[in-house]
Amino acid sequence: MNLILDIAWTHVRSRVRQTGFAVAGVATGVGFSIMMASLMHGSQNDFTERLINTLPHITVTDERRKPPPQPAEQLFASAEIHGLTPEARRPGIKNPLATMAALESWLPGGIAPSVKVQAIIRYANHDVSTTVTGIDPRRESSVSELPKQMRGATLNALYRATNAIVLGDRLSEKIGARIGANITLQTSQGARITAQVVGFFHTGVRQQDESSAYVLTKTGQILAQQTGLINELRIRLPNALKSREVATRVERDTGYKSVSWDEAYEDLLSTFIIRNIIMYAVVGAILLVASFGTYNIISTITHEKARDIAIMKSLGFSEFTVRSIFVVEALIIGFAGALVGFVLGYLLCRALGTVRITNPFLDSDRLPLTYTYVHYALAGLVALVSSIAAGYQPARKAARVHPVEIIRGAT
Amino acid sequence: MPLIEARKVTRILPGIVPTTLVQGVDLTVGENEFVAITGPSGSGKSSLLYLLGLLDLPTTGEVLIRGRDTSHMDEEERAFTRLSMLGFVFQFHFLLPEFTILDNVTLPMRALGRYPAGAMKTRASELLDVLGLGDHMNKRPDQLSGGQRQRVAVARALANEPAIILADEPTGSLDSKASEQVFAVLRDIVDKQGKTVVAVTHDLGLAERMDRHVELLDGRIVGDEQHQINAMT
Repeated sequence: MNLILDIAWTHVRSRVRQTGFAVAGVATGVGFSIMMASLMHGSQNDFTERLINTLPHITVTDERRKPPPQPAEQLFASAEIHGLTPEARRPGIKNPLATMAALESWLPGGIAPSVKVQAIIRYANHDVSTTVTGIDPRRESSVSELPKQMRGATLNALYRATNAIVLGDRLSEKIGARIGANITLQTSQGARITAQVVGFFHTGVRQQDESSAYVLTKTGQILAQQTGLINELRIRLPNALKSREVATRVERDTGYKSVSWDEAYEDLLSTFIIRNIIMYAVVGAILLVASFGTYNIISTITHEKARDIAIMKSLGFSEFTVRSIFVVEALIIGFAGALVGFVLGYLLCRALGTVRITNPFLDSDRLPLTYTYVHYALAGLVALVSSIAAGYQPARKAARVHPVEIIRGAT
Repeated sequence: MPLIEARKVTRILPGIVPTTLVQGVDLTVGENEFVAITGPSGSGKSSLLYLLGLLDLPTTGEVLIRGRDTSHMDEEERAFTRLSMLGFVFQFHFLLPEFTILDNVTLPMRALGRYPAGAMKTRASELLDVLGLGDHMNKRPDQLSGGQRQRVAVARALANEPAIILADEPTGSLDSKASEQVFAVLRDIVDKQGKTVVAVTHDLGLAERMDRHVELLDGRIVGDEQHQINAMT
């Protein structure tokens, strides 16, 4: 065995109790860091997945980011016109099929047209404001998870009745509508139709389940009182993380406002950054406290071993060798602590995974946890680095011991 | 060329009242010498030995090892010189308590890295055998008597085949029987292995039996005489 490692190993091995406490300190830090990271990452992933599964990755609407400029502004650069009412435009995406065909030529993933209308659902003395989306059930599976989120019927049930509708399960609970119930839909424009409930869906996002409903495109157009209207294109990509990049290109190509899922929930997602900072700060603090234990044991060993250090130096061991011995001792503690911490972290995660929780806002009754080697590698790395940092100062001090002072003291 | 040479070496401990440990010492030690350094307590015997062994730096003057001035060496170079050319034996054995006797003797060899792994154990075993400790190789220092421990310290000092052994009161903590054993070992090192031993001692009887006797008083050399010793006695 290498001389430095041999001496270091002998020192830590001969102090089982002290070494054990130092290792336990690091292990606790690593274990709890892994558990915390797993829980934080798990809840973040769970939330993000639900967002991704519920929403189209990109929504192209018939709006524009900026109102179109007035003709005079286009002609004269110095012209500035105030107080004008923007030009009234016919709602909807122009030539939706041509637009879709153009996008499909390069877009990786699915695209589906839809009609979105704000309406009030009236049933059994309940008036609930709802977003009604007119869709093509055959194309829906290419842009959303809605077919998989159906309860009590398939999405094809929309073809069963003249004006069929599927409601969010929380919405149906709120108004007390069951399958077969005839409900009334009314828009602010005065359109009013009666629709038959043919099924429910459950996305897991409360806002969606409580205030959304789906009908056929044709029904949506009737409700919007505009034949052939398509005011929304919904896009789903194979890689949801590319959404923002693709949305930018879609907007550039079509001129219509194109919003990716992460832009739509930008505020919410930005809270994850703060949450992650808090998490890493707490994890860092835990490991910092653990490193005090390592500092303590290395300081104790160097203090107790002052005579041995002096004799090693008098024999001709270099300062580097002596320093390395104690840094390696800190590393051994950090390494052992990290290994034990990995096991502890895994067991804590497993234990946490068995805890049952009842929360009306969550679908699952288990805590969402993410298992990834990254948490282990990160916690282990921080433990090793903090152990080296904790061991370095006493090691440096030990290496600078003047052997004559110790030898004289001993004699 | 002398093995060790001290030229006008002075060592002053700094402080509110500076203390002079060694003052203007000139000393030359050659090959195959057995030198005793004696003097009353506080006369600077050990301080001189530490200066000769590069464990301490002179305030003024120079220490030369095989003609090479050590005053310009950095700490690493001095450490390497100690490891490769000098062997130390102290009043207390100073063995590493967690290691076996064999491990203690191989430590300097491992630090120097001159010998292959197998050769280190063989050499350490041979040294311990010669010093009568062949049966104790796997014991720990606390399982040996004082004399045995000191002989292990001698074996460790010899591990890297140094030209000079510097011994600071090597028999100071031993009874008369053990002292004789250790002295006999040092004598053999000089007579049979041709090495040089410089030993600090309080025991004038032992000093008289060495080849040369250097006497210190108040940090200065006040006597330096050669003895005619019959090696067989």
